[in-house]
Amino acid sequence: MTRRQWRMAGVAVLALGIAAAAALTLTAFRKNLMAFYTPTDLVASTMPAGSKLRLGGMVEVGSVKRGDGLKVEFVVADCVNKVPVRFEGLLPDLFREGQGIVATGEIGADRAFVANEVLAKHDENYMPPQVADSMKTPQGHSCAPFKSVTQAPS
Amino acid sequence: MIPELGHIALILALGVAVLQAALPLYGLRRGDARAIAAGRSAAMTQFALVLFAYICLSLAFAYSDFSVVYVAANSHSDLPLMYRLSAVWGAHEGSLLLWVLMLSGWTLAVSLFNRNLPANITALVLAILGIVSVGFLLFMLGTSNPFDRHFPIPTEGRDLNPLLQDPGLIIHPPMLYMGYVGFSVAFAFAISALLSGRLDTAWARWTRPWTTAAWMFLTLGITLGSWWAYHELGWGGWWFWDPVENASFMPWLVGTALIHSLAVTEKRGLLKSWTVLLAILAFALSLLGTFLVRSGVLVSVHAFATDPARGVFILIFLSLVIGSALTLYAWRAAALSSKGELDFLSREGLLLFNNVFLVTAAAAVLLGTLYPLAIEALNLGKLSVGPPYFNSVFVPLTAPLLVFVGLAASVPWKRGKLRETLRAIRVPAVAALVAGTALPYLMHDSWSWAAVAGAVLALWAMVTAWQEVARRIRSRASVPRAIWGMSLAHFGLGVFVLGITQVSNFGAERDVRLAPGGTSALGAFEFQLAEVNQYRGPNFDADVGTVVVRKNGQTITTLHPEKRLYRAQQNVMTEAAVDHTLLRDIYVALGEPFDNGDWGLRLYYRPMMRLVWLGGVLAFLGGLLAISDRRYRLAQAAERSREAAATAVA
Repeated sequence: MTRRQWRMAGVAVLALGIAAAAALTLTAFRKNLMAFYTPTDLVASTMPAGSKLRLGGMVEVGSVKRGDGLKVEFVVADCVNKVPVRFEGLLPDLFREGQGIVATGEIGADRAFVANEVLAKHDENYMPPQVADSMKTPQGHSCAPFKSVTQAPS
Repeated sequence: MIPELGHIALILALGVAVLQAALPLYGLRRGDARAIAAGRSAAMTQFALVLFAYICLSLAFAYSDFSVVYVAANSHSDLPLMYRLSAVWGAHEGSLLLWVLMLSGWTLAVSLFNRNLPANITALVLAILGIVSVGFLLFMLGTSNPFDRHFPIPTEGRDLNPLLQDPGLIIHPPMLYMGYVGFSVAFAFAISALLSGRLDTAWARWTRPWTTAAWMFLTLGITLGSWWAYHELGWGGWWFWDPVENASFMPWLVGTALIHSLAVTEKRGLLKSWTVLLAILAFALSLLGTFLVRSGVLVSVHAFATDPARGVFILIFLSLVIGSALTLYAWRAAALSSKGELDFLSREGLLLFNNVFLVTAAAAVLLGTLYPLAIEALNLGKLSVGPPYFNSVFVPLTAPLLVFVGLAASVPWKRGKLRETLRAIRVPAVAALVAGTALPYLMHDSWSWAAVAGAVLALWAMVTAWQEVARRIRSRASVPRAIWGMSLAHFGLGVFVLGITQVSNFGAERDVRLAPGGTSALGAFEFQLAEVNQYRGPNFDADVGTVVVRKNGQTITTLHPEKRLYRAQQNVMTEAAVDHTLLRDIYVALGEPFDNGDWGLRLYYRPMMRLVWLGGVLAFLGGLLAISDRRYRLAQAAERSREAAATAVA
């Protein structure tokens, strides 16, 4: 090949590479976007079982039940609604009843939330802002501070 | 008294920084040599003042002066002295002070080491660094003064965040900041090139060691951060694609691209305006990193500060600095057109590919990090982008980079010949293919496409890293330190990728519930929870487990993972226990206790985990070797002697 052809081939490879990278990135991006739901959002939603999402709220006091091995069940609530959560694994250090958590997982067949990861990264003086928002007191404050996530661009 | 002295020193430093920004510019305009030279003494004075303030704050921590708000919030009289001193940068205000200290340190270094530079370039560089310093000092004095007092004086401090009480965290933030702040020097050189219109080979040679120095500190900082997360967070992971990690990774990616494009600019006089743009972007991303971590916009373990006034200030500062830099770039970059041809099968051609892939990778990380923030800011809902996104984007983007790194080492500048290239890569390619295919079998007696591909690419990078050294030794030429450094850093890249490939393909983990005396198997290893005891540390109470690890009935090691309750903040922390060799890590973390005396345990087997960090450390050492090359130290003397040699030969 002549130098000119070499150069054209190089430019073509570069352009193809960038296009492929952009396509890959955007596909992976769309697939891995996960919406954040409150218990109220989740109760109201009609999403089919198996939908993946993140659920944030307060662990209801007195709701944690241990099962065999590492199985555990608890209830995550905001000030209006609550959702039962099932999880098998180790709970994080800062997991406590009455604390804010964020769980990643999917809706089970019985509409309970099946978590595969539970995060409670923050100390008791600081909780994820999303959870803090959902926990505003009933007096005068909105209990549904989120725009419903179903309105988020799909 | 001491905190007041520190506060006064900071105010004086602000005044000196204003002088450092204004005097050299005035001098350049008026042709006043004394004003130009004043930049240098201003840099020295500013460093002394900031260092003094820093020592004052350290003293307040050392003597547990809880009348200072910042000390009361981040220290405790039971905290060991080592952690009291490192608590200086444990939160927002002190980190900023550290940042400014580093900035004035880098400025001082520039004024000391670059005595050979033309006076007008030095003046411009010092003035630009002065402007950045003014911004940060204003920010600190206006919104986050570490010397603020309060009354009544608490009798006890609130203690340092227990996550930060770890040896890894003593050196991680300073190294990271050295990197972040170091890119300000490359930025200042880029802006002075735009202003003076001088962007030539010599400019690239002045800029290179500073960029490499910043890059190597950033590399080490990120490596230490990953090592810290692995030991201290108790999740056994080494990279989480947490927004704060991404904030340090983006400048690293762009900085890496910058190092390579600077090489092209120096050797071939090409990619000039691209190099300048990268220098601006690397610093912009460093500032963005500060903004992301320190304004509290992120839901993250690192975002301790939550004060919107700070966020607004940083945002304004960011848009002023970056906006004016990019405007200047748009205005002047056309004058920096490069003359010369770029052939794709040449070193500069392959380095161009390297740049494209690195910048694309940085853009992908930026998208994943900022998109959820943008959506939330626009009130469109709350989203998150998970690690699977980053992983699925990163693997296809970095695989070609590894191919190029080996090719570039085997191809000369200007123009390579296909046949010669094929001959040069024959041996390393075959060696990498054979060893890479065999490795998964030898190590684990199993096979997968991903494991083999990763191992082949890693070994390819490790072997070809030494091509340039070998070629020079064969032709009996001397091998300068810069070449040794480059080879070592590329070898480190291969080591790093080999580690990642092994960990992600052959790692195993298991969460189990064990009664004392109970056992659990993970692969060939058997873990027995022998007992759990209590002990009392300086500022915490701990449960400590004794876990015996056996393989084929032989005891390999006994591990002592801990669960600590820090008394001051009532925080529970996991201290994982790790037994490591170069070939594998065995990692045990205590989970939670159950009512009947059982414990949850997290067991991990991580093959070649150490190589991930070893690769980072090798890259750091490579950078260190490269900047110690005497041609940078004596750039101009060397240039003169080379010219003399050229005349002698002619």
